[in-house]
Amino acid sequence: MKVFTIVWLTLLEARRRKLTWLVLALSVAFMALYAVAFYFVYKDITRFESSGGTQLFETSNTLLLMGLYVVAFLTVMLGVLTSADTLAGEIASGTIHTVVTKPLRRWEVVVGKWLGYGIMLTGFVLLMSLGLTLIVRLISGYSPPDLARGVALMVLQGWVVLTVSILGGTRLSTIANGVVALMLYGLAFIAGWIEQIGALTRNEAAVNIGIVTSLIMPSEAMWKRAAYLMQPPFLRELGISPFGAASAPSVAMVAYAVVYMVVALALAVRLFERRDL
Amino acid sequence: MNVIETSDLRKVYAETVAVDGLGLAVGRGEVFGFLGPNGAGKTTTVKMLLGLVRPTSGEARVLGYAPGDARAMVKVGFLPEHFNFHSWLTAAGLLEVHGKLYGMPPERRRQRIPQLLERVGLAGDADRRIAAFSKGMSQRIGLAQALLNEPELVFLDEPTSGLDPVGRSEVRDLIRELSREGVTVFLNSHLLSEVEVTCHRVAIIKKGKLVRIGTQEELTGSAVEVDLRAGGLTAELKAGLSRWARVIEDDGQRMTLAVEDEDRLPEIARWLTEGGARLYALSPRRLSLEELFMRAIREES
Repeated sequence: MKVFTIVWLTLLEARRRKLTWLVLALSVAFMALYAVAFYFVYKDITRFESSGGTQLFETSNTLLLMGLYVVAFLTVMLGVLTSADTLAGEIASGTIHTVVTKPLRRWEVVVGKWLGYGIMLTGFVLLMSLGLTLIVRLISGYSPPDLARGVALMVLQGWVVLTVSILGGTRLSTIANGVVALMLYGLAFIAGWIEQIGALTRNEAAVNIGIVTSLIMPSEAMWKRAAYLMQPPFLRELGISPFGAASAPSVAMVAYAVVYMVVALALAVRLFERRDL
Repeated sequence: MNVIETSDLRKVYAETVAVDGLGLAVGRGEVFGFLGPNGAGKTTTVKMLLGLVRPTSGEARVLGYAPGDARAMVKVGFLPEHFNFHSWLTAAGLLEVHGKLYGMPPERRRQRIPQLLERVGLAGDADRRIAAFSKGMSQRIGLAQALLNEPELVFLDEPTSGLDPVGRSEVRDLIRELSREGVTVFLNSHLLSEVEVTCHRVAIIKKGKLVRIGTQEELTGSAVEVDLRAGGLTAELKAGLSRWARVIEDDGQRMTLAVEDEDRLPEIARWLTEGGARLYALSPRRLSLEELFMRAIREES
Protein backbone atom coordinates (compact mmCIF):
# COMPACT_ATOMS: atom_id res chain seq x y z
CA MET A 1 0.00 0.00 0.00
CA LYS A 2 1.66 3.18 -1.22
CA VAL A 3 -0.65 5.26 0.96
CA PHE A 4 1.66 4.46 3.89
CA THR A 5 4.67 5.64 1.89
CA ILE A 6 2.91 8.99 1.55
CA VAL A 7 2.16 9.00 5.29
CA TRP A 8 5.81 8.30 5.96
CA LEU A 9 6.88 11.02 3.53
CA THR A 10 4.54 13.53 5.19
CA LEU A 11 5.91 12.77 8.63
CA LEU A 12 9.46 12.86 7.29
CA GLU A 13 8.82 16.28 5.77
CA ALA A 14 7.50 17.66 9.05
CA ARG A 15 10.60 16.37 10.80
CA ARG A 16 13.08 17.57 8.19
CA ARG A 17 11.51 20.99 8.05
CA LYS A 18 11.88 21.14 11.84
CA LEU A 19 8.13 21.57 12.20
CA THR A 20 7.93 18.70 14.67
CA TRP A 21 10.64 20.06 16.94
CA LEU A 22 9.40 23.63 16.84
CA VAL A 23 5.86 22.66 17.77
CA LEU A 24 7.11 20.33 20.46
CA ALA A 25 9.41 22.97 21.96
CA LEU A 26 6.69 25.64 21.90
CA SER A 27 4.18 23.22 23.41
CA VAL A 28 6.49 22.50 26.30
CA ALA A 29 7.08 26.23 26.77
CA PHE A 30 3.31 26.81 26.73
CA MET A 31 2.74 24.13 29.36
CA ALA A 32 5.51 25.46 31.57
CA LEU A 33 3.99 28.94 31.42
CA TYR A 34 0.55 27.58 32.10
CA ALA A 35 1.81 25.58 35.08
CA VAL A 36 3.42 28.64 36.65
CA ALA A 37 0.36 30.82 36.08
CA PHE A 38 -2.03 28.20 37.36
CA TYR A 39 0.10 27.62 40.44
CA PHE A 40 0.04 31.28 41.48
CA VAL A 41 -3.63 31.85 40.72
CA TYR A 42 -4.54 28.74 42.63
CA LYS A 43 -2.38 29.76 45.60
CA ASP A 44 -4.07 33.17 45.69
CA ILE A 45 -7.53 31.69 45.76
CA THR A 46 -6.79 29.07 48.40
CA ARG A 47 -5.64 31.89 50.68
CA PHE A 48 -9.21 33.19 50.80
CA GLU A 49 -11.03 29.90 50.58
CA SER A 50 -10.39 27.72 53.58
CA SER A 51 -11.82 24.43 52.42
CA GLY A 52 -12.11 22.88 48.98
CA GLY A 53 -15.50 24.32 48.16
CA THR A 54 -17.39 24.96 44.99
CA GLN A 55 -15.35 28.07 44.35
CA LEU A 56 -12.12 26.06 44.09
CA PHE A 57 -13.67 23.52 41.81
CA GLU A 58 -15.08 26.20 39.63
CA THR A 59 -11.84 28.10 39.38
CA SER A 60 -9.80 25.03 38.56
CA ASN A 61 -12.32 23.97 35.99
CA THR A 62 -12.52 27.39 34.36
CA LEU A 63 -8.75 27.73 34.24
CA LEU A 64 -8.38 24.26 32.76
CA LEU A 65 -11.02 24.94 30.14
CA MET A 66 -9.33 28.23 29.31
CA GLY A 67 -6.11 26.36 28.68
CA LEU A 68 -7.89 23.72 26.66
CA TYR A 69 -9.64 26.40 24.64
CA VAL A 70 -6.26 27.75 23.61
CA VAL A 71 -5.23 24.21 22.70
CA ALA A 72 -8.37 23.82 20.59
CA PHE A 73 -7.61 27.10 18.85
CA LEU A 74 -3.96 26.14 18.24
CA THR A 75 -5.12 22.79 16.88
CA VAL A 76 -7.22 24.55 14.28
CA MET A 77 -4.37 26.88 13.36
CA LEU A 78 -1.89 24.03 13.10
CA GLY A 79 -4.34 21.94 11.12
CA VAL A 80 -4.74 24.68 8.54
CA LEU A 81 -1.23 26.13 8.49
CA THR A 82 0.55 22.80 8.13
CA SER A 83 -1.72 21.29 5.51
CA ALA A 84 -2.94 24.23 3.40
CA ASP A 85 0.18 24.06 1.24
CA THR A 86 0.66 20.33 1.05
CA LEU A 87 -1.33 19.71 -2.13
CA ALA A 88 -1.68 23.27 -3.41
CA GLY A 89 2.06 23.93 -3.08
CA GLU A 90 3.17 20.69 -4.69
CA ILE A 91 0.77 21.23 -7.56
CA ALA A 92 1.99 24.80 -8.08
CA SER A 93 5.68 23.84 -7.97
CA GLY A 94 5.27 20.69 -10.04
CA THR A 95 6.71 18.50 -7.29
CA ILE A 96 3.53 16.48 -7.55
CA HIS A 97 4.40 15.45 -11.14
CA THR A 98 7.06 12.93 -10.23
CA VAL A 99 4.99 11.66 -7.30
CA VAL A 100 1.72 10.86 -9.06
CA THR A 101 3.52 9.34 -12.05
CA LYS A 102 4.84 6.63 -9.75
CA PRO A 103 2.91 3.36 -9.55
CA LEU A 104 0.35 4.63 -7.08
CA ARG A 105 -3.18 5.91 -7.24
CA ARG A 106 -4.07 9.52 -6.72
CA TRP A 107 -6.34 8.76 -3.79
CA GLU A 108 -3.32 7.34 -2.00
CA VAL A 109 -1.61 10.73 -2.23
CA VAL A 110 -4.62 12.56 -0.75
CA VAL A 111 -5.39 10.02 1.96
CA GLY A 112 -1.69 9.57 2.79
CA LYS A 113 -1.20 13.28 3.37
CA TRP A 114 -4.45 13.50 5.33
CA LEU A 115 -3.41 10.64 7.59
CA GLY A 116 0.09 12.04 8.02
CA TYR A 117 -1.08 15.47 9.16
CA GLY A 118 -3.93 13.91 11.14
CA ILE A 119 -1.48 11.78 13.10
CA MET A 120 0.63 14.82 13.94
CA LEU A 121 -2.42 16.84 14.93
CA THR A 122 -3.67 14.03 17.14
CA GLY A 123 -0.28 13.85 18.81
CA PHE A 124 -0.42 17.59 19.45
CA VAL A 125 -3.92 17.51 20.98
CA LEU A 126 -3.09 14.53 23.19
CA LEU A 127 0.18 16.01 24.40
CA MET A 128 -1.28 19.42 25.17
CA SER A 129 -4.66 18.47 26.61
CA LEU A 130 -3.36 15.65 28.75
CA GLY A 131 -0.39 17.82 29.75
CA LEU A 132 -2.64 20.64 30.96
CA THR A 133 -4.99 18.27 32.73
CA LEU A 134 -2.05 16.71 34.50
CA ILE A 135 -0.70 20.11 35.56
CA VAL A 136 -4.07 21.11 37.01
CA ARG A 137 -4.42 17.80 38.76
CA LEU A 138 -0.95 17.92 40.30
CA ILE A 139 -1.45 21.44 41.63
CA SER A 140 -5.09 21.43 42.67
CA GLY A 141 -6.10 17.80 42.69
CA TYR A 142 -8.95 18.59 40.31
CA SER A 143 -9.79 16.25 37.44
CA PRO A 144 -12.46 17.06 34.90
CA PRO A 145 -15.20 14.52 34.23
CA ASP A 146 -15.34 12.71 30.93
CA LEU A 147 -11.79 13.65 29.93
CA ALA A 148 -11.51 10.85 27.35
CA ARG A 149 -14.57 11.88 25.37
CA GLY A 150 -13.69 15.55 25.67
CA VAL A 151 -10.19 15.05 24.28
CA ALA A 152 -11.54 12.78 21.56
CA LEU A 153 -13.87 15.58 20.45
CA MET A 154 -10.97 18.05 20.38
CA VAL A 155 -9.08 15.61 18.17
CA LEU A 156 -12.12 15.34 15.92
CA GLN A 157 -12.27 19.12 15.67
CA GLY A 158 -8.69 19.13 14.39
CA TRP A 159 -9.41 16.44 11.81
CA VAL A 160 -12.49 18.29 10.53
CA VAL A 161 -10.48 21.46 9.91
CA LEU A 162 -7.61 19.46 8.42
CA THR A 163 -9.95 17.71 6.00
CA VAL A 164 -11.42 21.03 4.85
CA SER A 165 -7.92 22.35 4.25
CA ILE A 166 -6.92 19.23 2.28
CA LEU A 167 -10.10 19.53 0.25
CA GLY A 168 -9.40 23.18 -0.56
CA GLY A 169 -5.83 22.33 -1.52
CA THR A 170 -6.98 20.17 -4.40
CA ARG A 171 -8.31 23.19 -6.27
CA LEU A 172 -7.22 26.42 -4.57
CA SER A 173 -3.85 28.09 -4.23
CA THR A 174 -2.15 27.85 -0.86
CA ILE A 175 -3.13 31.36 0.22
CA ALA A 176 -6.74 31.11 -0.96
CA ASN A 177 -7.05 27.73 0.69
CA GLY A 178 -5.67 28.93 4.02
CA VAL A 179 -7.93 31.98 3.95
CA VAL A 180 -11.04 29.93 3.16
CA ALA A 181 -10.32 27.36 5.86
CA LEU A 182 -9.68 30.02 8.51
CA MET A 183 -12.74 32.05 7.48
CA LEU A 184 -14.88 28.95 7.83
CA TYR A 185 -13.39 28.42 11.25
CA GLY A 186 -14.21 32.06 12.11
CA LEU A 187 -17.75 31.51 10.95
CA ALA A 188 -18.10 28.42 13.12
CA PHE A 189 -16.60 30.32 16.04
CA ILE A 190 -19.14 33.15 15.77
CA ALA A 191 -21.92 30.65 15.27
CA GLY A 192 -20.98 28.97 18.54
CA TRP A 193 -21.35 32.20 20.44
CA ILE A 194 -24.58 33.23 18.74
CA GLU A 195 -26.04 29.87 19.66
CA GLN A 196 -24.84 30.15 23.23
CA ILE A 197 -26.15 33.68 23.74
CA GLY A 198 -29.38 32.69 22.05
CA ALA A 199 -29.77 29.83 24.50
CA LEU A 200 -29.15 32.08 27.49
CA THR A 201 -31.61 34.72 26.33
CA ARG A 202 -34.03 32.07 25.11
CA ASN A 203 -33.90 33.48 21.59
CA GLU A 204 -34.79 30.59 19.34
CA ALA A 205 -33.85 32.36 16.10
CA ALA A 206 -30.30 32.93 17.35
CA VAL A 207 -30.01 29.29 18.37
CA ASN A 208 -31.16 28.18 14.94
CA ILE A 209 -28.73 30.49 13.15
CA GLY A 210 -25.98 29.02 15.29
CA ILE A 211 -26.97 25.47 14.50
CA VAL A 212 -27.26 26.04 10.76
CA THR A 213 -23.86 27.73 10.67
CA SER A 214 -22.37 24.84 12.61
CA LEU A 215 -23.61 22.57 9.85
CA ILE A 216 -21.50 24.51 7.35
CA MET A 217 -18.43 24.04 9.52
CA PRO A 218 -18.90 21.72 12.50
CA SER A 219 -15.47 22.27 14.06
CA GLU A 220 -16.32 24.70 16.86
CA ALA A 221 -19.36 22.62 17.82
CA MET A 222 -16.98 19.78 18.67
CA TRP A 223 -15.11 22.02 21.10
CA LYS A 224 -18.40 23.22 22.61
CA ARG A 225 -19.46 19.68 23.29
CA ALA A 226 -16.02 18.78 24.62
CA ALA A 227 -16.22 21.73 27.03
CA TYR A 228 -19.72 20.70 28.05
CA LEU A 229 -18.60 17.16 28.83
CA MET A 230 -15.53 18.24 30.77
CA GLN A 231 -17.45 20.31 33.33
CA PRO A 232 -18.98 19.03 36.51
CA PRO A 233 -22.79 18.92 36.07
CA PHE A 234 -23.49 21.57 38.73
CA LEU A 235 -21.23 24.07 36.93
CA ARG A 236 -22.95 23.39 33.64
CA GLU A 237 -26.26 24.34 35.20
CA LEU A 238 -24.95 27.73 36.28
CA GLY A 239 -24.37 28.47 32.64
CA ILE A 240 -22.25 31.51 33.35
CA SER A 241 -18.73 30.45 32.56
CA PRO A 242 -17.61 31.39 29.04
CA PHE A 243 -17.19 27.69 28.39
CA GLY A 244 -20.41 26.63 29.95
CA ALA A 245 -22.27 25.36 27.02
CA ALA A 246 -25.76 26.55 27.79
CA SER A 247 -26.81 24.88 24.61
CA ALA A 248 -24.41 22.01 24.06
CA PRO A 249 -24.23 20.45 20.63
CA SER A 250 -25.88 17.06 20.65
CA VAL A 251 -24.50 13.61 19.86
CA ALA A 252 -26.19 13.98 16.49
CA MET A 253 -23.90 16.93 15.80
CA VAL A 254 -20.88 14.73 16.52
CA ALA A 255 -22.16 12.09 14.12
CA TYR A 256 -22.74 14.87 11.59
CA ALA A 257 -19.15 16.08 12.00
CA VAL A 258 -17.83 12.57 11.30
CA VAL A 259 -19.98 12.23 8.19
CA TYR A 260 -18.97 15.76 7.14
CA MET A 261 -15.31 14.79 7.40
CA VAL A 262 -15.72 11.57 5.43
CA VAL A 263 -17.66 13.33 2.68
CA ALA A 264 -15.11 16.15 2.51
CA LEU A 265 -12.29 13.62 2.18
CA ALA A 266 -14.13 11.68 -0.51
CA LEU A 267 -14.74 14.93 -2.36
CA ALA A 268 -11.07 15.86 -2.02
CA VAL A 269 -10.07 12.52 -3.54
CA ARG A 270 -12.52 12.94 -6.37
CA LEU A 271 -11.47 16.50 -7.17
CA PHE A 272 -7.79 15.58 -7.10
CA GLU A 273 -8.35 12.53 -9.29
CA ARG A 274 -10.18 14.57 -11.88
CA ARG A 275 -7.92 17.55 -12.15
CA ASP A 276 -5.16 18.12 -14.68
CA LEU A 277 -1.76 18.47 -13.09
CA MET B 1 3.80 -4.49 -29.70
CA ASN B 2 4.01 -0.74 -29.58
CA VAL B 3 5.07 0.82 -26.32
CA ILE B 4 3.06 3.95 -26.94
CA GLU B 5 -0.02 4.21 -29.07
CA THR B 6 -2.39 7.11 -29.45
CA SER B 7 -5.26 7.75 -31.75
CA ASP B 8 -6.98 11.02 -32.35
CA LEU B 9 -5.74 12.36 -29.02
CA ARG B 10 -7.10 15.79 -28.29
CA LYS B 11 -6.83 18.27 -25.46
CA VAL B 12 -8.72 21.52 -25.33
CA TYR B 13 -8.10 24.07 -22.59
CA ALA B 14 -10.89 26.61 -22.20
CA GLU B 15 -10.52 28.14 -25.66
CA THR B 16 -7.20 26.91 -26.95
CA VAL B 17 -6.62 23.58 -28.60
CA ALA B 18 -3.37 22.27 -27.12
CA VAL B 19 -3.28 18.91 -28.88
CA ASP B 20 -5.38 18.26 -31.93
CA GLY B 21 -6.06 14.74 -33.17
CA LEU B 22 -2.66 13.25 -32.48
CA GLY B 23 -1.92 9.72 -33.65
CA LEU B 24 1.43 8.27 -32.65
CA ALA B 25 2.99 4.85 -32.37
CA VAL B 26 6.33 4.29 -30.69
CA GLY B 27 7.91 0.87 -30.93
CA ARG B 28 9.89 -0.97 -28.26
CA GLY B 29 13.51 0.11 -28.01
CA GLU B 30 13.04 3.21 -30.10
CA VAL B 31 14.47 6.60 -29.28
CA PHE B 32 11.64 8.84 -30.37
CA GLY B 33 12.18 12.54 -30.81
CA PHE B 34 9.15 14.73 -30.29
CA LEU B 35 9.76 18.16 -31.74
CA GLY B 36 7.87 21.36 -32.07
CA PRO B 37 8.13 25.06 -31.33
CA ASN B 38 7.26 26.36 -27.87
CA GLY B 39 3.58 25.97 -27.14
CA ALA B 40 3.10 23.32 -29.82
CA GLY B 41 1.65 20.86 -27.31
CA LYS B 42 4.68 18.68 -26.60
CA THR B 43 4.47 18.82 -22.82
CA THR B 44 0.68 18.45 -22.86
CA THR B 45 1.11 15.31 -24.94
CA VAL B 46 3.64 13.85 -22.52
CA LYS B 47 1.36 14.72 -19.61
CA MET B 48 -1.52 12.93 -21.30
CA LEU B 49 0.65 9.87 -21.87
CA LEU B 50 1.55 9.86 -18.18
CA GLY B 51 -1.98 10.33 -16.92
CA LEU B 52 -1.27 13.78 -15.49
CA VAL B 53 -3.70 15.43 -17.87
CA ARG B 54 -6.96 13.93 -19.10
CA PRO B 55 -7.48 13.99 -22.84
CA THR B 56 -10.60 15.82 -23.99
CA SER B 57 -11.11 12.96 -26.43
CA GLY B 58 -9.19 10.20 -28.14
CA GLU B 59 -7.29 7.20 -26.88
CA ALA B 60 -3.83 6.46 -25.58
CA ARG B 61 -2.13 3.25 -24.46
CA VAL B 62 1.21 3.13 -22.69
CA LEU B 63 2.82 -0.28 -22.29
CA GLY B 64 -0.59 -1.71 -23.05
CA TYR B 65 -2.46 0.14 -20.31
CA ALA B 66 -4.42 3.35 -19.99
CA PRO B 67 -2.14 6.32 -19.18
CA GLY B 68 -1.19 6.51 -15.51
CA ASP B 69 -2.18 2.92 -14.74
CA ALA B 70 0.01 1.74 -11.86
CA ARG B 71 0.76 -1.53 -13.69
CA ALA B 72 2.44 0.46 -16.45
CA MET B 73 3.99 3.14 -14.25
CA VAL B 74 6.17 0.55 -12.47
CA LYS B 75 8.12 0.36 -15.72
CA VAL B 76 8.06 4.05 -16.63
CA GLY B 77 10.55 6.79 -15.78
CA PHE B 78 9.80 10.48 -16.13
CA LEU B 79 11.89 13.63 -16.04
CA PRO B 80 9.56 16.65 -16.18
CA GLU B 81 10.54 19.83 -17.96
CA HIS B 82 10.94 21.77 -14.74
CA PHE B 83 12.00 19.17 -12.26
CA ASN B 84 10.95 20.25 -8.81
CA PHE B 85 11.34 18.11 -5.76
CA HIS B 86 11.13 18.08 -2.04
CA SER B 87 14.10 20.39 -1.59
CA TRP B 88 14.53 19.50 2.08
CA LEU B 89 15.86 16.11 1.01
CA THR B 90 19.43 15.15 0.22
CA ALA B 91 20.27 13.71 -3.18
CA ALA B 92 20.38 10.16 -1.81
CA GLY B 93 17.29 10.84 0.30
CA LEU B 94 15.33 11.95 -2.74
CA LEU B 95 16.17 8.74 -4.57
CA GLU B 96 15.23 6.80 -1.44
CA VAL B 97 11.79 8.47 -1.40
CA HIS B 98 11.20 7.86 -5.09
CA GLY B 99 12.47 4.29 -4.78
CA LYS B 100 9.85 3.70 -2.11
CA LEU B 101 7.21 5.27 -4.31
CA TYR B 102 8.20 2.80 -7.01
CA GLY B 103 7.83 0.03 -4.47
CA MET B 104 11.46 -1.04 -4.78
CA PRO B 105 12.57 -3.35 -1.96
CA PRO B 106 15.27 -1.99 0.42
CA GLU B 107 18.13 -4.18 -0.94
CA ARG B 108 17.45 -3.01 -4.44
CA ARG B 109 17.40 0.63 -3.37
CA ARG B 110 20.66 0.23 -1.47
CA GLN B 111 22.30 -1.21 -4.54
CA ARG B 112 20.72 1.04 -7.15
CA ILE B 113 20.99 4.49 -5.55
CA PRO B 114 24.79 4.80 -5.27
CA GLN B 115 25.10 3.31 -8.74
CA LEU B 116 22.79 5.95 -10.22
CA LEU B 117 24.39 8.84 -8.36
CA GLU B 118 27.66 7.67 -9.87
CA ARG B 119 26.13 7.46 -13.32
CA VAL B 120 24.84 11.04 -13.29
CA GLY B 121 28.02 12.37 -11.71
CA LEU B 122 26.65 13.20 -8.25
CA ALA B 123 28.41 10.49 -6.25
CA GLY B 124 30.21 13.12 -4.17
CA ASP B 125 27.00 15.03 -3.43
CA ALA B 126 24.88 12.18 -2.12
CA ASP B 127 24.43 13.75 1.31
CA ARG B 128 24.01 17.35 0.20
CA ARG B 129 20.62 18.98 0.34
CA ILE B 130 18.95 19.51 -2.99
CA ALA B 131 17.99 23.04 -2.00
CA ALA B 132 21.68 23.95 -2.48
CA PHE B 133 21.93 22.34 -5.93
CA SER B 134 22.60 24.30 -9.11
CA LYS B 135 20.22 24.01 -12.04
CA GLY B 136 22.49 21.49 -13.72
CA MET B 137 22.77 19.36 -10.60
CA SER B 138 18.99 19.34 -10.14
CA GLN B 139 18.64 18.19 -13.70
CA ARG B 140 21.08 15.36 -13.00
CA ILE B 141 19.31 14.22 -9.87
CA GLY B 142 16.07 14.41 -11.87
CA LEU B 143 17.57 12.10 -14.46
CA ALA B 144 18.70 9.66 -11.79
CA GLN B 145 15.16 9.72 -10.43
CA ALA B 146 13.80 8.88 -13.89
CA LEU B 147 16.08 5.85 -14.23
CA LEU B 148 15.72 4.56 -10.69
CA ASN B 149 13.43 1.63 -11.44
CA GLU B 150 15.34 0.45 -14.53
CA PRO B 151 12.38 1.53 -16.65
CA GLU B 152 11.35 0.06 -19.98
CA LEU B 153 10.12 3.43 -21.12
CA VAL B 154 11.55 6.83 -20.21
CA PHE B 155 9.98 10.21 -20.88
CA LEU B 156 12.52 13.00 -20.97
CA ASP B 157 11.07 16.49 -21.28
CA GLU B 158 13.88 18.85 -22.27
CA PRO B 159 16.51 16.82 -20.41
CA THR B 160 19.42 19.10 -21.27
CA SER B 161 17.87 22.39 -20.26
CA GLY B 162 20.14 24.05 -17.74
CA LEU B 163 23.09 21.85 -18.59
CA ASP B 164 26.42 23.09 -19.89
CA PRO B 165 27.91 21.59 -23.07
CA VAL B 166 29.67 18.86 -21.10
CA GLY B 167 26.44 17.93 -19.35
CA ARG B 168 24.60 17.91 -22.65
CA SER B 169 27.00 15.54 -24.25
CA GLU B 170 26.75 13.32 -21.17
CA VAL B 171 22.99 13.23 -21.55
CA ARG B 172 23.38 12.30 -25.21
CA ASP B 173 25.67 9.45 -24.22
CA LEU B 174 23.20 8.37 -21.60
CA ILE B 175 20.36 8.27 -24.13
CA ARG B 176 22.51 6.17 -26.45
CA GLU B 177 23.34 3.81 -23.60
CA LEU B 178 19.67 3.45 -22.73
CA SER B 179 18.95 2.72 -26.34
CA ARG B 180 21.59 -0.02 -26.37
CA GLU B 181 20.01 -1.50 -23.27
CA GLY B 182 16.74 -1.72 -25.17
CA VAL B 183 14.98 1.07 -23.26
CA THR B 184 12.41 3.07 -25.18
CA VAL B 185 13.04 6.80 -24.90
CA PHE B 186 10.46 9.47 -25.61
CA LEU B 187 12.47 12.66 -25.95
CA ASN B 188 10.86 16.08 -25.96
CA SER B 189 13.28 18.65 -27.13
CA HIS B 190 13.80 21.70 -29.20
CA LEU B 191 17.52 21.21 -29.36
CA LEU B 192 17.55 19.74 -32.84
CA SER B 193 21.20 18.79 -32.94
CA GLU B 194 20.60 16.63 -29.89
CA VAL B 195 17.65 14.88 -31.46
CA GLU B 196 19.54 14.46 -34.70
CA VAL B 197 22.29 12.40 -33.12
CA THR B 198 20.19 10.33 -30.73
CA CYS B 199 16.77 9.67 -32.22
CA HIS B 200 15.72 6.82 -34.48
CA ARG B 201 12.45 8.43 -35.35
CA VAL B 202 11.14 11.94 -35.18
CA ALA B 203 7.74 13.56 -35.03
CA ILE B 204 7.20 17.25 -35.52
CA ILE B 205 4.08 18.89 -34.15
CA LYS B 206 2.81 22.36 -34.60
CA LYS B 207 -0.18 23.91 -32.90
CA GLY B 208 -1.08 20.51 -31.55
CA LYS B 209 -1.07 18.83 -34.95
CA LEU B 210 1.33 16.25 -36.26
CA VAL B 211 3.02 17.67 -39.35
CA ARG B 212 5.80 15.13 -39.94
CA ILE B 213 6.67 11.71 -38.60
CA GLY B 214 9.25 9.15 -39.66
CA THR B 215 12.91 8.26 -39.52
CA GLN B 216 15.25 11.10 -40.31
CA GLU B 217 16.04 9.49 -43.68
CA GLU B 218 12.37 9.18 -44.48
CA LEU B 219 11.72 12.76 -43.56
CA THR B 220 14.59 14.27 -45.43
CA GLY B 221 13.79 11.74 -48.14
CA SER B 222 15.90 11.49 -51.24
CA ALA B 223 15.45 15.20 -51.71
CA VAL B 224 18.68 17.08 -51.62
CA GLU B 225 19.82 20.61 -51.88
CA VAL B 226 22.51 21.31 -54.43
CA ASP B 227 25.05 24.08 -54.38
CA LEU B 228 25.84 25.12 -57.91
CA ARG B 229 28.74 27.32 -58.98
CA ALA B 230 29.23 28.06 -62.65
CA GLY B 231 30.30 30.80 -65.04
CA GLY B 232 28.42 31.86 -68.15
CA LEU B 233 24.98 31.06 -66.88
CA THR B 234 22.46 32.59 -69.20
CA ALA B 235 18.87 33.33 -68.35
CA GLU B 236 17.84 30.62 -70.77
CA LEU B 237 20.08 28.06 -69.07
CA LYS B 238 18.72 29.00 -65.66
CA ALA B 239 15.14 28.76 -66.87
CA GLY B 240 15.84 25.32 -68.30
CA LEU B 241 16.88 24.04 -64.85
CA SER B 242 13.24 23.97 -63.84
CA ARG B 243 12.90 20.64 -65.60
CA TRP B 244 14.91 18.93 -62.81
CA ALA B 245 15.10 21.35 -59.97
CA ARG B 246 13.56 24.23 -58.10
CA VAL B 247 15.69 27.30 -57.61
CA ILE B 248 15.94 28.28 -53.97
CA GLU B 249 18.56 30.97 -54.26
CA ASP B 250 20.20 32.71 -57.20
CA ASP B 251 23.26 34.92 -56.75
CA GLY B 252 24.20 35.01 -60.40
CA GLN B 253 27.26 32.74 -60.30
CA ARG B 254 26.07 30.73 -57.34
CA MET B 255 22.75 29.02 -57.03
CA THR B 256 21.07 26.74 -54.56
CA LEU B 257 18.71 24.19 -56.05
CA ALA B 258 16.28 21.77 -54.54
CA VAL B 259 16.32 18.44 -56.35
CA GLU B 260 13.95 15.55 -55.86
CA ASP B 261 16.56 12.90 -56.45
CA GLU B 262 20.35 12.77 -56.71
CA ASP B 263 19.97 10.91 -60.03
CA ARG B 264 19.06 14.18 -61.66
CA LEU B 265 22.50 15.65 -61.12
CA PRO B 266 24.25 14.20 -64.20
CA GLU B 267 21.45 15.54 -66.40
CA ILE B 268 21.76 18.97 -64.86
CA ALA B 269 25.52 18.89 -65.42
CA ARG B 270 25.06 17.88 -69.05
CA TRP B 271 22.46 20.60 -69.65
CA LEU B 272 24.76 23.27 -68.28
CA THR B 273 27.98 22.20 -69.98
CA GLU B 274 26.31 21.58 -73.33
CA GLY B 275 24.70 25.00 -73.03
CA GLY B 276 28.18 26.53 -72.72
CA ALA B 277 28.38 27.17 -69.00
CA ARG B 278 31.65 26.58 -67.13
CA LEU B 279 30.72 24.29 -64.25
CA TYR B 280 32.92 24.58 -61.16
CA ALA B 281 30.81 22.89 -58.53
CA LEU B 282 27.63 20.87 -58.31
CA SER B 283 27.57 19.51 -54.78
CA PRO B 284 24.56 17.85 -53.19
CA ARG B 285 23.93 17.92 -49.46
CA ARG B 286 21.25 16.29 -47.32
CA LEU B 287 18.83 18.43 -45.41
CA SER B 288 19.75 18.76 -41.78
CA LEU B 289 17.05 18.14 -39.23
CA GLU B 290 17.07 21.82 -38.50
CA GLU B 291 16.32 22.72 -42.12
CA LEU B 292 13.63 20.10 -42.20
CA PHE B 293 12.14 21.42 -39.01
CA MET B 294 12.16 25.03 -40.15
CA ARG B 295 10.56 24.02 -43.40
CA ALA B 296 7.87 21.98 -41.75
CA ILE B 297 7.02 24.80 -39.40
CA ARG B 298 6.99 27.46 -42.12
CA GLU B 299 5.06 25.41 -44.65
CA GLU B 300 2.08 24.98 -42.46
CA SER B 301 1.74 28.62 -41.56
